[in-house]
Amino acid sequence: MNEVEIELLKIIEKNANLEVEKIAKLMNKEVDEIRELIQRLEKEKAILGYSTLIDWAKVMQFEEVTAMVDVKVTPARGVGFDKVAERIYRFPEVKAVYLMSGAYDLSVSVQGSTMMEIGNFISEKLSALDSVLSTTTHFILKKYKHDGIILQDDDDDDKRIVVSP
Amino acid sequence: MSPTSYIAKQVADLKPSGIRRFFDLAAQMEDVISLGVGEPDFVTPWNFIEHSFHSLEQGYTSYTENAGMIELRQEISQFLKQNYHVTYNPEDQVIVTVGASQAIDLALRAIVNPGDEVIVVEPSFVAYTPTVTLAGGTPVTIQTRAEDDFKLQPEQLEEAITPNTKAIILCNPNNPTGTYLNKKELEPLAAVIEKHDLLVLSDEIYAKLTYDDDYTSFAALKSMQERTILISGFSKAFAMTGWRLGYAAGPAEIIAAMVKIHQYTMMCAPTMAQHAALEALKNGRQSVQDMMESYKQRRNFIVSSLNEIGLSCPNPGGAFYTFPSIQATGLTSGEFAEQLLEEEQVAVVPGDVFGENGEGYIRCSYATSLHQLDEAMERMERFVRKKM
Ligand SMILES: Cc1ncc(COP(=O)(O)O)c(C=O)c1O
Repeated sequence: MNEVEIELLKIIEKNANLEVEKIAKLMNKEVDEIRELIQRLEKEKAILGYSTLIDWAKVMQFEEVTAMVDVKVTPARGVGFDKVAERIYRFPEVKAVYLMSGAYDLSVSVQGSTMMEIGNFISEKLSALDSVLSTTTHFILKKYKHDGIILQDDDDDDKRIVVSP
Repeated sequence: MSPTSYIAKQVADLKPSGIRRFFDLAAQMEDVISLGVGEPDFVTPWNFIEHSFHSLEQGYTSYTENAGMIELRQEISQFLKQNYHVTYNPEDQVIVTVGASQAIDLALRAIVNPGDEVIVVEPSFVAYTPTVTLAGGTPVTIQTRAEDDFKLQPEQLEEAITPNTKAIILCNPNNPTGTYLNKKELEPLAAVIEKHDLLVLSDEIYAKLTYDDDYTSFAALKSMQERTILISGFSKAFAMTGWRLGYAAGPAEIIAAMVKIHQYTMMCAPTMAQHAALEALKNGRQSVQDMMESYKQRRNFIVSSLNEIGLSCPNPGGAFYTFPSIQATGLTSGEFAEQLLEEEQVAVVPGDVFGENGEGYIRCSYATSLHQLDEAMERMERFVRKKM
């Protein structure tokens, strides 16, 4: 990756919604050059997708529950943890899976609209997998910061006086 | 006697800052997008703030040495050495001040006798000429030219010097134009300065915000260190305007004179701010770099937008200001700024506030979120189309 590519990635990581024309202006480059670069980076899978961070707590009708589940597993011969991890991350309820060092093997983040729904998923699907030995479920009560972004941040309101030297 | 008649003549005669007047106008309006601010839009990086809290918890709530905490002066020396290759003894060649503002005031009061002339290069930061006057000196202004990108030319300097000239204030990169002089452009100025044996107040507060070139401190030029008072601070590159912390570095005799005034008038800079600054210098590099990159992108954005709108604007090398020409609209700077504020709720600063050669220009700061900048450019385009 060269400097231009890294700068571009940093810009769209912060705001994937920015028009190509604006990105080009920010970087002092031609629009076509930036468009091509983005297409190439998408093809190379350096850019994997464009997502939006939504504070669902602000959306009144939408109840969302997230649980972090510590999972102990028996690794499968030949493929270690990867096969078990795959069986877990394929479930649409699962938002993230990490292999961990320490007291358990996989950290699994599960999302649902009620605690009951998550409970059912864990007892009926996750725990039922052959290689899963045990699960410990922690429900998230409140999100303060997610993916480097502080939720309910008030840093955005400009506290400066309107004109200054 | 009326209270006014008690006011000292020097003060009574000072013109109120044009910025102040414009602030009053803008402050009355709602939903203003401001490109009128001379300070970062970033909040001070958290680790600096946290360090300041910690210093308070540890009980550092008293005065420090007059010249500032020795650890901080050491870090400042180290910083100047690493970044600009100039060596200062932290014991007696560095003073920590209440903003670069106080450093300028102290430097002028330390060197100016009545009748001494001090050269100010316009368009200039609004505080220079008044502080020269308040120190009892006579400000002599040089009007840099738009066709030189507002870069001071050695002939202009030569011409302004009289037998009474004692010092010159240089601001690099410049507020309000964003003009930045590189080593090649500074050297011929240094030659004139040496020939006439002048002192230099080099305000380098925007030095860490230069975008395309390696920065050369004026003090780092050949035989300039002994005649330069290097002035800087934490307000701009470290996003610490409200902490009121700056510094000066220079010849020990001059710094000693500045410390003398400082100890009777200010005692010392705020202790908690000095602790924050310590952390800023020790562990602030990445934050400064990140902010700098973001300013650079926004500079690219605003410069190309202004040119598209038809407000011709060179690409400024530093600080966070652009100084586009508004002459194509046929309005004066003041009219442009006032009407833009009234009709489109965008605040900019009229260029004549910074000197008479600023007429025909406006200062637009791009220390504002991209979102706001973008909206401001749209509004400005609408405005300019109406006027042209
Ligand atoms: C060129 C220049 N020097 C000095 C200052 C004052 O800085 P401080 O906040 O450190 O007093 C400013 C602030 O706008 C400035 O633009």
